[in-house]
Amino acid sequence: MGDPLGMSLSHALASGMGGIRTAGDLVARMQLRKMRLAEAKEYVAGKLKVAVGDLADSTVMRELRAELDIGVITAVPGCAKGIDAKARIAELLGVEIPCVSKLAERVARRPG
Amino acid sequence: MGSITTRMGDGYTVTLTTDEVRRDLSEGSEDAARRGKIPALDEREIDYLFDLFDSPRRIVGVQRGHEAILSKDGCGNTLYSAQLSSGVGLPLSREQAIRTFERAFGFDTFELGHTDYTFKQVKPIVALEQTTMESVLLTTIVPLFYGAMPNLGLYAQPDGPFPNPSELLPEGKVDEARQAQEVAAEACRRDIVWMGEKMAETGADGFNLDTTAAAGDAEFLAALQATEELAAKTDLAVEMGMAAEVVLGFHGQLEYKGVRLAGLWPHQQVKLAEQAGVAIFGPVVNTNTRKSTPWNVARASTFVKACSEAASIPIHANVGMGVGGVPMFEVPPPDAVTQASVALVEIGKADGL
Repeated sequence: MGDPLGMSLSHALASGMGGIRTAGDLVARMQLRKMRLAEAKEYVAGKLKVAVGDLADSTVMRELRAELDIGVITAVPGCAKGIDAKARIAELLGVEIPCVSKLAERVARRPG
Repeated sequence: MGSITTRMGDGYTVTLTTDEVRRDLSEGSEDAARRGKIPALDEREIDYLFDLFDSPRRIVGVQRGHEAILSKDGCGNTLYSAQLSSGVGLPLSREQAIRTFERAFGFDTFELGHTDYTFKQVKPIVALEQTTMESVLLTTIVPLFYGAMPNLGLYAQPDGPFPNPSELLPEGKVDEARQAQEVAAEACRRDIVWMGEKMAETGADGFNLDTTAAAGDAEFLAALQATEELAAKTDLAVEMGMAAEVVLGFHGQLEYKGVRLAGLWPHQQVKLAEQAGVAIFGPVVNTNTRKSTPWNVARASTFVKACSEAASIPIHANVGMGVGGVPMFEVPPPDAVTQASVALVEIGKADGL
């Protein structure tokens, strides 16, 4: 509760990792698997082969996300988007993303 | 003697002496320690918070490298809803709002939820909720939860089918009031599980039980039991956000795994949440509008720190209007919001907000 600038954006700037501007979504995926913040950051940094301190650095992560093709914050033609990016993220992090698995099952079931 | 301009718990500006700010920080922390039977903040932590409030800057932030994960309740209602959700009434669909939070606001996770944010209320429109979730999952990258409230109050007459304990208790019908809560909690548990299973079918990443235990210990029991079932049956990561700092004993005798639920504080609540299978726990610390923001932030930091130390799962402290040291005002001042944000991550050791 609270207007978007006063509440959501204030927290995002004060404390947030930055979502797909950085590696926030990737660290969050490991928290879904019950990893605490420090452990989740270490895990993701290891998979990305970067320092933990780079994970919330948009100048590092913008380039790296493009290189890995896991979705970037700006609208770039040809870059993976939506579930396409999540399929690569599942592979990169070595985790199952349910909607990606469901899509793969549906595609596999199609005749021909 | 120097002075510090800060705010009261209702958001209004107040100027305090430096001694008064230090006193409020200590007293806020000691209040949490006394009520929760947990350690108060030490001198180094109080010094950190003092420096935070002594800063004349309008916005503060965590140290680089200490950033935490953001999750959010209420879907994107702050964008498209009305004043009931502090919403600004933008003509946006839920899908547009979710993508705005992901791509424009840099949120780490997000959730889909209906404006009538209650499991019981969304059951009749589950097909709409499922197809919207399926659609959003195709177009977004961040982890997506489906969120709603257990809202046990809506199971009592006249809104629901069961006798109303709020009417029975004043009549001295304690046993009847307890029985009414037990049957309502069982119906609530079934509704949460049913919605969870429907969302698991869509491939949602998580399931957010928001404002858990708003109606007290019976609601907390329903949420814990539902989580246990969903954790066993589905791949959903369950986030459990609480409604208040202490579980009200509206029933008074209910237990989960041998622990009485009434009167539990955040560091005790999280242990039961873990046993139920919760992936992310959201502790609440209520803001006292008659106290200063330093008092409230120190108090919230003390509770959240104890909860974080007790936990083995990630902690996302609630920091919306009127909780977590944030003033109770629908247009919250960024100075106080960012001070609370920093304190709960740096001192409370929250894994997220």
